[in-house]
Amino acid sequence: MSTQTTRVPTTPPATEEEAAALRKALASTPRPPRASAHQAALAFGWRGMLKVKHVPEQLLDVTISPVMFVLMFTYLLGGAIEGSTSAYLDYILPGVLVMSILFTTVYSGVALNTDLTKGVVDRFRSLPIWRPAPLVGALLGDTVRYFVGGTVIVVLGLALGFRPDAGIGGVLAAMALVIVFAFGLSWVFTTLGLLLRSPNAVMNAGFMGIFPLTFLSNVFVRPETLPDGLEAFVDVNPVSILATASRGLMQGNADGTDILIVLATAAALTAIFAPLTTRLYRRG
Amino acid sequence: MTSQPPTAIEATGLVKSFGDTRAVCGVDLTVRRGTVYGVLGPNGAGKTTTIRMLATLLRPDAGSARIFGHDIVRDAEQVRELVSLTGQLASVDEDLTGHENLVLLGLLLGLKRAEAKARAIELLAAFGLTEASGKLVKHYSGGMRRRLDIAASIVVTPQLMFLDEPTTGLDPRSRNQVWEIIRTLVAGGTTILLCTQYLEEADQLADRIAVIDRGTVIAEGTPAELKASVGSGALRVRLLDPEQRPDAAHVLERELGASHLEPDPAALSAPCADADRGAEAIAELARTGIRVAGFSLGQPSLDEVFLALTGHPAEEPDDEQAIDLQEERAA
Repeated sequence: MSTQTTRVPTTPPATEEEAAALRKALASTPRPPRASAHQAALAFGWRGMLKVKHVPEQLLDVTISPVMFVLMFTYLLGGAIEGSTSAYLDYILPGVLVMSILFTTVYSGVALNTDLTKGVVDRFRSLPIWRPAPLVGALLGDTVRYFVGGTVIVVLGLALGFRPDAGIGGVLAAMALVIVFAFGLSWVFTTLGLLLRSPNAVMNAGFMGIFPLTFLSNVFVRPETLPDGLEAFVDVNPVSILATASRGLMQGNADGTDILIVLATAAALTAIFAPLTTRLYRRG
Repeated sequence: MTSQPPTAIEATGLVKSFGDTRAVCGVDLTVRRGTVYGVLGPNGAGKTTTIRMLATLLRPDAGSARIFGHDIVRDAEQVRELVSLTGQLASVDEDLTGHENLVLLGLLLGLKRAEAKARAIELLAAFGLTEASGKLVKHYSGGMRRRLDIAASIVVTPQLMFLDEPTTGLDPRSRNQVWEIIRTLVAGGTTILLCTQYLEEADQLADRIAVIDRGTVIAEGTPAELKASVGSGALRVRLLDPEQRPDAAHVLERELGASHLEPDPAALSAPCADADRGAEAIAELARTGIRVAGFSLGQPSLDEVFLALTGHPAEEPDDEQAIDLQEERAA
């Protein structure tokens, strides 16, 4: 040890106050009671909100894209499908709401995959918290994004002449139903996000699934106009049922069975894919 | 606290493979509470995998480990309440500010929002980060990031802290700051498992060291024991003129039987157990016109320990070592 008795001071000696502040901060503090499940999940939801605050461009996919979709599909297809854009608007607007929000669920998987490449996930995984909290929290944060996207679509629709018979209450109920379904569906993409190697792979695989699921539904066209085989698929596609239920809620003639099917599908997706995602996340 | 067992970590036969690669092949460790335990080894030796198993992030393929008596697989939740991890990749969220990072962790550890905020402000001040508290972490320097990382690990004081290469890539000034923080933490009673590839770091901080190579512990003991197990001692010489090093090597070989060129182009060393013979060798250098900037006589460095134990050097020579040698010269 005789070779290392003194050292060239490369750090200016800390002042006495700094040293004291360090000692005080490092002094053992009593451990608070463990965070509850909802406290931990909300903290992760807050993390999601902060990211949006620091990088507001993240909201582009729930603001600009829906505006594009509404304008494009209404004016492109309205005349051909319903004879006029104003007549088509009543049909397509709830559909575009469904489509836009379901598209956004893919980003939950992409965001999770991006997160995994960062060291902070190791810290989260070594914390004594409710195991699904990081995932549930992130998805709770995402539901706020869905709400923003839904609001943009509805406000634009109203400006274009969309008049839902069930009023604001009906619109909010429809939006809530779509968000609940999106929450369930996003677990599929978080599972994908943990299984695939890169955010790009998640994006590609995700849209490969979500494109046919949304386009082969009654979002744009009435199923009666379709060939038999396709019509049969479209009729049982949960996205069709969700779109029908949303139209019903906005127009005040919703079918309770449709709503139940949507809720049951969301519950089933959550029951299967939430535990799967949680296990994959913990495994690292 | 006093009811805690005296052993912080007790690991036996830990094994972990990734595909065909056996990253860890039977690691045993015993770490007493309140000490710093150094795990020393080159890149890829299995240090990080070992830490990740002990921190409950990876499940071992074989073997077992207890943290303060709790099994890392069966009682993982209890283990997580006692440990904190500072990973090799900085374990903080780059897209949040320093303040937000610490508040988030406070909330996750069960603090109320007001308490979490107060704790964040206190820690930022203690770690010299008050001015940067509102800046996004991605704009922090390496040293600031490491300090925030360590602050994040002690939002609630852990019983056991895993530090995975806490100073890799830091400049000497930041490195010394991190060392001071570690010393203060230990003085406060925290046990630390320190993984490092810097021999000097283990020597400076650790009470005991395990040298790990290719997934197994190849030597264990106090820094002094490790050095003693390798050889008697060495004379280290630093020259004013690196051009004279070959001549100096000849003189040392004649006087002391062997010589070894150090990474610093102006430095060399020779085995030397006897101070008188060392002094004669220095005098002989002076007589032959070789100008000596400084010399020291002491136990072998951990570099030499590693070479002797593994047959290959611990790491490529780099600037860090050159700085170490300059600092040694002042001794």
